[in-house]
Amino acid sequence: MAKPTDLLQGTLDLLILRTLVLEPMHGWGIAQRIRQVSKEVLQVNQGALYPALHRLEQQGWIQAKWGESENNRRAKFYSLTPDGARYLRQEQAQWKRLSLAINHVLETP
Amino acid sequence: MRWHYKVSHRLRSLFHREKAELDLSEELQFHLQNQIDEYIAGGMDAQEARHAAFRSLGGVEQVKEECREARNMNVIENFARDMRLGVRMLRRNPGFTVLTILCLTLGIGANAAVFSWVEGILFRPYPLVPHQERLVALSGTAGEEREQTSWPDLLDLQKSCTLCETVFVSSITGATLSIGERAEVTTGSIVSANYFDAIGVQPILGRGFAPGEDTGRNGHPVVVISYRLWQTRFRGDPEIIGKTQRLDNVVHTIIGVAPARFYGTFVGRVMEFWVPASMVEVYNAGSNKLEDRGARWAEAFVRLKPGVTRNQAQQEISAIAARLEVAYPATNRGRGIKVWPLWNTPFNHASHLLPTLQIMVVVAMFVLFIVCANVGNLLLVRSFARRHEMTVRLAMGASRGRLVRQLVTEGLLLSTCGAAGGMLVAYWCRHALVLFFPGDVLYLPGEIDGRVLGLSAAVCLVVTLAVGLVPAFQTRRLALAETLKTEASAVMGARGRAWFRSSLVVLQVTLSFLLLVGATLLMQSLSKIRATSPGFSTQVFDTSVPLVTAGYDAPRAKIFQDELIQRVRALPGIEEAAYARVVPLSYQSYSSTPIAVDGYEPQPDEQPTAEYNEVSPDYFATMSIPLISGREFTRADDENAPPVAIVNQTMVARYWRGKNPIGQRLEVKGNWVLVVGVVKDSKYYSIEETPRPFFYVPLRQYFAIEPDIHIRTTQPLETIQTALMREVRALDPNLALYEMITLQEQVNRSTSEQLVAVTLVALFGGLALLLASIGLYGVMSYTVSQSTRELGLRMALGAGASNVLRLVLSRGLLLTTTGIMIGIVLALLLTRLLGNLLYQVSPRDPLAFAAAFAVIALASTAACFLPAWRATRTDPIRALRAE
Repeated sequence: MAKPTDLLQGTLDLLILRTLVLEPMHGWGIAQRIRQVSKEVLQVNQGALYPALHRLEQQGWIQAKWGESENNRRAKFYSLTPDGARYLRQEQAQWKRLSLAINHVLETP
Repeated sequence: MRWHYKVSHRLRSLFHREKAELDLSEELQFHLQNQIDEYIAGGMDAQEARHAAFRSLGGVEQVKEECREARNMNVIENFARDMRLGVRMLRRNPGFTVLTILCLTLGIGANAAVFSWVEGILFRPYPLVPHQERLVALSGTAGEEREQTSWPDLLDLQKSCTLCETVFVSSITGATLSIGERAEVTTGSIVSANYFDAIGVQPILGRGFAPGEDTGRNGHPVVVISYRLWQTRFRGDPEIIGKTQRLDNVVHTIIGVAPARFYGTFVGRVMEFWVPASMVEVYNAGSNKLEDRGARWAEAFVRLKPGVTRNQAQQEISAIAARLEVAYPATNRGRGIKVWPLWNTPFNHASHLLPTLQIMVVVAMFVLFIVCANVGNLLLVRSFARRHEMTVRLAMGASRGRLVRQLVTEGLLLSTCGAAGGMLVAYWCRHALVLFFPGDVLYLPGEIDGRVLGLSAAVCLVVTLAVGLVPAFQTRRLALAETLKTEASAVMGARGRAWFRSSLVVLQVTLSFLLLVGATLLMQSLSKIRATSPGFSTQVFDTSVPLVTAGYDAPRAKIFQDELIQRVRALPGIEEAAYARVVPLSYQSYSSTPIAVDGYEPQPDEQPTAEYNEVSPDYFATMSIPLISGREFTRADDENAPPVAIVNQTMVARYWRGKNPIGQRLEVKGNWVLVVGVVKDSKYYSIEETPRPFFYVPLRQYFAIEPDIHIRTTQPLETIQTALMREVRALDPNLALYEMITLQEQVNRSTSEQLVAVTLVALFGGLALLLASIGLYGVMSYTVSQSTRELGLRMALGAGASNVLRLVLSRGLLLTTTGIMIGIVLALLLTRLLGNLLYQVSPRDPLAFAAAFAVIALASTAACFLPAWRATRTDPIRALRAE
């Protein structure tokens, strides 16, 4: 079993946390949302999504609660904790700096 | 800090494992359901959608395992689960578990016991005394010889030593303690007044000594008694302070009671009382020891200031000693003061036991290595049996790290049980060393303190890693598909997997060989020591009558001694009888004196000294010490006759350059005496000692109230003891008799340290041999069971039973030979460490090597024979069909 590389893993965490800023969501919903918002560019590897969710829960950045889904099925909803929100802000800033820098390097003639 | 999310979540996953598992299934189920719905909406049929959904998730079980893994960053939970699993695994194989734990108990216990002895005897010998690492012992030196220190020298040292916090004295002494009718000889210390303050122990009742109580000849008859004495002799009397007690017939006032666990500062003995140095002459008569710089009697210690090293202290103290040499040439010429670490204190049992304990540390380490190798081997065998389990778990997506953690946890379980057992062993063995010193009231406790516990825990940890990682090392190379498909069959002598187990066996053989060589060498040495003639007959009985206790003074004692010896001579079967103040090879010390010899010019920095014994007429005849020239002492050599002496050969060689000394003069304690005889050298302190100058003076001229009586007879001990008792009672019905022993017994007691070393090394050597044989047997059995196919093939092709036997045996003996070869090389390098304990035996004695070789060869042949024989019983048909 090849595991996702660290970069991918970190990126996935960031995407999940960003998705949860709006509202609590279940795993399926998160996968869908990421696909839609990224205009179908990012295909979330579903095999990696759930371990990532459990890891984030373990870290205390998200918390889970059982509830009813749109189609009336019992689903596990994840929501952002204050710690998670703070972590997200840090990572977002970090990400912006990094991507700006990379853009800058790439676009310099 | 939102720690409560984490904690509550982790606790939940810890305690609600089943719920968590259900949740996980349901969560994934929900995902799959939605995916299937989506695919159906996209136009697939139900069956197809279902398959596609599973595919897109990439294996439900693997995702689950990864989710568990993600949650299992929870160390506690993981550990708890591994523990539960470990316990289950161990319970399933009780035979294996018991064997392993026994081995580990032995290994860890041996180490913990030795650590506790080293701690309790060498490093922290004095319970309740704080900061023992800053204590050092002091001795005087005269050239190469070691001697005690004198009181005035110590006072000067205390005054001018800037690196010393305090200098204090604690000299062992004996005293007869009488309470009402009863009398008993007890051991105590003569101490300086600063003693209790210097060691940092305060009496629980009353007070310690006040400054100045160690000044003024016989000025302060006060005593601090031990807790035990207080409890047993005085029944814990709360009003004890201020009461009086006779010690050697001098009335002392009891001023304090020492704490319960304080035993004084003498390694090997428990002190029962402490008296100030001002009273020294009561216990140790002679010149005014408080002012005489030439009287060296004090056993001294120094508490160094914090941060001062022993070397710095030695430098400063040597400089002070050099100044004393210049200031007092008459007494201090050629003399220095030496600083000793506490673990090598020259005037108590520490220095006697040091070499033995050093050897024991090494031996215990060896045993531990062997145990680790053996347990490692056992675990390896089991890990092969569990290869399937491990492979399946790997295939199910468990990470290798997870498996290693599991194996290490199992190792930890085993070694923790072993460590617990080991600590019990150490606890039971605390006082075991004393068993080797029969007849002596010795106190050699092991101390199980934080440092010993810490060290044992460290040993336990190392063992855990060693035994846990060995099988883990093997899982690293598990090839999934191959192992799942088949149990690969091996070929005799094939390289690869077997090499690791084989090298463990080689290690065991090597270490057992080393231990056996050591044990044999020590045994040879002990038998040499026992066989060496001490220079006197050992078939002499020896005892003494406690006259001091009974209140005899010198004139009465003289009359008593004369009458008793006449009565003894008249007993049937008595060949000779005589008195002497000191019994050779006992712990008593001889008198010592600076000497001068007519015609002998000492070197500028030499102050000749010699020790002597006070003996009665017929002493040499009784002891069978041959008289070389001149005459024995006679009854005429009494107080009124001119003083005389008899010298030994070494003394003649050194001070008269081999010329006949008879008729020459010798200065003893400032008086000139006439040499009237020369006797052969004999042993005085120990069998191993080199010949030393020594002389004898008549007991009547240097009187001692309580000499030992030596009796040579053909009668058995009980008869002579009863007869002697009868004669003593006839003279004075109030008198008793001390224990009577033969001088042979005395010789045996003086070689107890060697006996300890021999017994322990031989015990551990035998144990090591047993473990190594089991290890070899295990490896060979395994190899045979793994190569059934090859053996079957060979036999089908016509190999006879003897060929197969030879094949297997030669493989096993190859391991042994390798082990022995390495062992020989190491032994040649290492046996020198035994140096101090070996007497007239070369550390490279070929006989010892040959004996160890023979024993190991025999044991390993036996260990290999059973598997080899089993190999010859291989049924070729079945072996080949098993594929």
